[in-house]
Amino acid sequence: MADTTGYPELDSLLPRVAALAGLDQASLEREEIALVGRKAGEITAALKTLATRAPEDRRAFGAAVNALKVRAEAAIAARRAELDQARADAERRAIDLTMPPRRRWTGAVHPVSAVIDEISGIFRGLGFAIALGPEVETDWYNFLALNFPADHPAMDLHDTLYLDVPPTVDEQGAGRLLLRTHTSPVQIRVMHASEPPIRVIMPGMVYRSDAFDPSHAPAFEQIEGLAIDEGVSFVDLKATLTHFARRFFSPSTAVRFRPSFFPFTEPSAEMDVECQLCHGSGCGACKGTGWMEILGCGMVHPRVLEQGGIDPERYTGFAFGMGPARITMLRHGVPDIRLLYEGDMRFLSQFTAGNMSRGIAP
Amino acid sequence: MNASRRWLERFLRRSLDAQDISARLAAQGAAVDVIEPLNAGLGEIRVALVEEVRQHPNADRLRVCTVNDGGAERRQVVCGAANVTAGRKYPFAPVGATVPVGKGGGPMRIEKAKLRGELSEGMLCSARELGVGVDADGLWELDTDAAPGTLLLEALPLDDDRIIVDVTPNRPDLLGHKGIARELAASLNVPYRLPQLGPTALAPDVPPVQRAASVRETVAGPLRVAIDDPEGCARFHAAVVRGVKVGPSPAWLRQPLEAVGVRSINNIVDATNYVMLELGQPMHAYDLATLKGPALVARRARPGEKLVTLDGVERTLDGETTVIADAARVVGIGGIMGGHDTEVRDGTTDLALEAAWFEPSRIRRARRALGLSTEASYRFERGVDRWNAAEAMRRCLEIILLTAGGTIEASPVDLHPVVANPPRIFLRLARVKQVLGLELGLHEVERCLVAIGATVVAKPDDGRLAVDVPGWRPDLTTEIDLVEEVARMHGYDRVPTELRPFRVGSLPDAPAVSVKGRIRSGMVAEGLSEVVSLPFTAADGEASVALLNPLADTGASLRRRLLPTLARHAERNWNNHVRDVRLFEVGTVFERGAPGKRPVEQLRLGLVVTGSREPGHWTADAVADVDIWDLKGLAEVAGALAHPGATWHVEGDHFMARVKDGRTVGWAGRLTADTPPWGGALFGVEIDVTDGARAAVRVEALPTTPAVERDLSLVVPDGVASAAVVQVIQQAAGDLLEAVRITAEFRGAALREDRRSVTYRLTYRAPDRTLRDADVDASEAKVLSALERELKLSRRGA
Repeated sequence: MADTTGYPELDSLLPRVAALAGLDQASLEREEIALVGRKAGEITAALKTLATRAPEDRRAFGAAVNALKVRAEAAIAARRAELDQARADAERRAIDLTMPPRRRWTGAVHPVSAVIDEISGIFRGLGFAIALGPEVETDWYNFLALNFPADHPAMDLHDTLYLDVPPTVDEQGAGRLLLRTHTSPVQIRVMHASEPPIRVIMPGMVYRSDAFDPSHAPAFEQIEGLAIDEGVSFVDLKATLTHFARRFFSPSTAVRFRPSFFPFTEPSAEMDVECQLCHGSGCGACKGTGWMEILGCGMVHPRVLEQGGIDPERYTGFAFGMGPARITMLRHGVPDIRLLYEGDMRFLSQFTAGNMSRGIAP
Repeated sequence: MNASRRWLERFLRRSLDAQDISARLAAQGAAVDVIEPLNAGLGEIRVALVEEVRQHPNADRLRVCTVNDGGAERRQVVCGAANVTAGRKYPFAPVGATVPVGKGGGPMRIEKAKLRGELSEGMLCSARELGVGVDADGLWELDTDAAPGTLLLEALPLDDDRIIVDVTPNRPDLLGHKGIARELAASLNVPYRLPQLGPTALAPDVPPVQRAASVRETVAGPLRVAIDDPEGCARFHAAVVRGVKVGPSPAWLRQPLEAVGVRSINNIVDATNYVMLELGQPMHAYDLATLKGPALVARRARPGEKLVTLDGVERTLDGETTVIADAARVVGIGGIMGGHDTEVRDGTTDLALEAAWFEPSRIRRARRALGLSTEASYRFERGVDRWNAAEAMRRCLEIILLTAGGTIEASPVDLHPVVANPPRIFLRLARVKQVLGLELGLHEVERCLVAIGATVVAKPDDGRLAVDVPGWRPDLTTEIDLVEEVARMHGYDRVPTELRPFRVGSLPDAPAVSVKGRIRSGMVAEGLSEVVSLPFTAADGEASVALLNPLADTGASLRRRLLPTLARHAERNWNNHVRDVRLFEVGTVFERGAPGKRPVEQLRLGLVVTGSREPGHWTADAVADVDIWDLKGLAEVAGALAHPGATWHVEGDHFMARVKDGRTVGWAGRLTADTPPWGGALFGVEIDVTDGARAAVRVEALPTTPAVERDLSLVVPDGVASAAVVQVIQQAAGDLLEAVRITAEFRGAALREDRRSVTYRLTYRAPDRTLRDADVDASEAKVLSALERELKLSRRGA
């Protein structure tokens, strides 16, 4: 377009339209109103003079004003977009997105609870339900019903925490009260409360007369399992627990069963899994054996079934018990068992989603 | 049980690898804790022949030796030992070798040196310097045919492994090398037999045992032997040996003891220890001259009777303890420890030997009562083979005759008042299949039983085997015990691991399980971390349950409340300079029950919070601390999760949760604690957890009409509770009022000091139409007049 509109009164506006491309935001807003504003715009005003023009000139003048208006509006829009872009660029430069995010407090379930939940989940998938029992027990439930001989060393004061209360009388006669030393008494309670088929796991706190030191705690978690039905055999025990170990650790984890001894099972076994640190080659954690002792298990002793009111000739069963606190320590590399029971935020918060985040790379 | 690899090798007459032993024993149920290689530091020591010895020219007490160490050249070695003799062989540490026990007690490297002007290339060693004995007064003269230069470990039976076996309490047979060898023999499918004693192939002549069955006393030569307490001591073997010479043990007797960590005392004591470690039968030797009578009588102690035991401690006995007495006094605690006055000493010439069988439960009782646990009591309380003492006695006599000389007077006697045989057990093949889930043929079952030393005495057609179990397995008493033995010997690793169909259990989950899960996820959603605490505290009132035998470093009672322990956790975090603490616990509290009843256990939810309301962020200067309003919110959430039927009430400066019958089930408020100056206020909530099933949430239909909001700013005098204002508003406003929310509170400005302005935002909605101003105006007017009437409240500025 030539640098004239053909109308001097319009040509005087041309330099202002051309200057739009260099204006800052505020001047642009002002010029927009001054040029094309609906009330006071000069181009708008020029359009309003159309009626005063000679009729033969109207058409050409109208076209010239419109062209100028379109030109001015386009220039304004282009400049505005340019300024917006510049502002956005400046804003982007001003925000450092590698600065730390804003968070809320995040909490976490206790790592041992998480392990118990995971173990429970695997056994739920195998048809086990969860049973609970009291933490204070009589010596009958804790020892005698489980085929411990009456003078077994485990009943000594230096192994078991007894309560300083008179013996209590229940359906099993008078019994000394103690803090259960294992979750196995829940087996008896479950047998009394239901009929085979029985498939339960029994998590809970257990107590021992042990000093609180890096590798011992006087109270810790245990999880017990029990399956009783016709035809339940050592094959089922080994298959179920091998399945569990491979689900809990990894599908390729090596598992072995060694003969062992517990008063309440026979045959009894210890289940070892391949050391999760060295994977069998031997390291400090597994004392060079390549194996880690994970749980004790066995076929429920016929005398225990009898004490539970179940016919040991008709029914057989298997039972197992493990220490989720120890498994937690192995899994997370916890160096001192006391960390699990002292409420140290520096320890517990390591298990929160907030702390587990790896952050965002710059 | 400490076992020596070399000792086991002699039973099995083959060389063994300690790792292989460990794997085989583990597979059969005897886990090996540790393998300790012995004398591993002697690898550089060689046998050397001293060819010439001459006096050191510059030192009276040194000699210069010409040593043949197998090399082409002879070595010159300066030696200070008086017993060095030309033509004899000694252990030799060449230059560059390290001897295990140097002058400082630790390993010492041998260097080429000049001693008083004479070159010395190596060291001739004593047994002590090599860590294999204590006779340090001279060089260790080697009795070997090995050529000079032979490695010492090849020339002499010194290399060994101490294998520490973790023996379960049901396997007393593994408390002797013979029992472990038996297990290994079964695993290797090879025979085992008692090894020959020492270098001689000729065992001394020991007369056959003279049985004294079904009587309570007998004599062994001059010695009267009697059992007055057959329940405590069922069998008593005794023998008399005269003319022994007590002295140090020869290497063949001493080394196996040292290999398993037992100190050599003298040839007599070592003989009894050797037999115990080999056969599992504890024995005791008395100095016959000190026995009054002479007699050995197994009887109950008289209450209060005293004895000074071998360890020099005076023990007071009770009437339940079986003792060995002579004609005048107690001379030993049966199966636990002998007496000091009758022990074998250097000058002893005549011996009375005992190999007895004591009732395990009586030994356990006495051991506990006396607080005295010994190698003997450890074995007797687990069960020693009641039918093997004759072998042990013969073995012990052989060792004594070989190492101390003397003659056996009369025959050893076997006093056995009540003759009993090992039990016979019936085993059904069908039971084996039922328990193990394996189809094992008769042949395999029999093989397994024979491998443990049992005898299958009858195989009737009905699939029931009559099995005589060996005396060394007192743990085998019922059919299920044999099923386990079959599984063990067949091999646990041969049992398949394929899951088979099963029936789902008949019990549902315990109700508390889902409640606990809900509480945990609800509390974690509030940004709290779960803690598990030891439930021990100091006594907390009359209802506390005390422990009979509390631990030293934890409290003596069981907790009645969670909050005190949670507050201690907060303090511990403060001690670690951690200011923000947000913890919850779902745990059991204990209270004394009614007389004769067990304590009451209650599951509780407890929580504590202190510190910043949110984590600090660089965009804000400071974050406010948690306050009573955060606490109130947490209390409401805790209540909804743990005890849905409970309602919180304001009570003074804290809150109480109550159920319909007025019973208090929860508390929430500020806790007093040992707060550092920079710490925030500590708030806590504790509430009973009920496991009652809760009603499912019913969803309200979402509104389809718009709401109208009106703000009502009221001047509320102190003493009028905001909750009461809300109640009046809700009652007066009618059906159109959907919600009342408080949006602001302020004091000051134009208000009197004892008044505040509270702004209530009322949300109105009609479910079926859009509200008109007139509808809302009418309701608002009713609200205002009700507030004026009931609470004397008016709008601010009105």
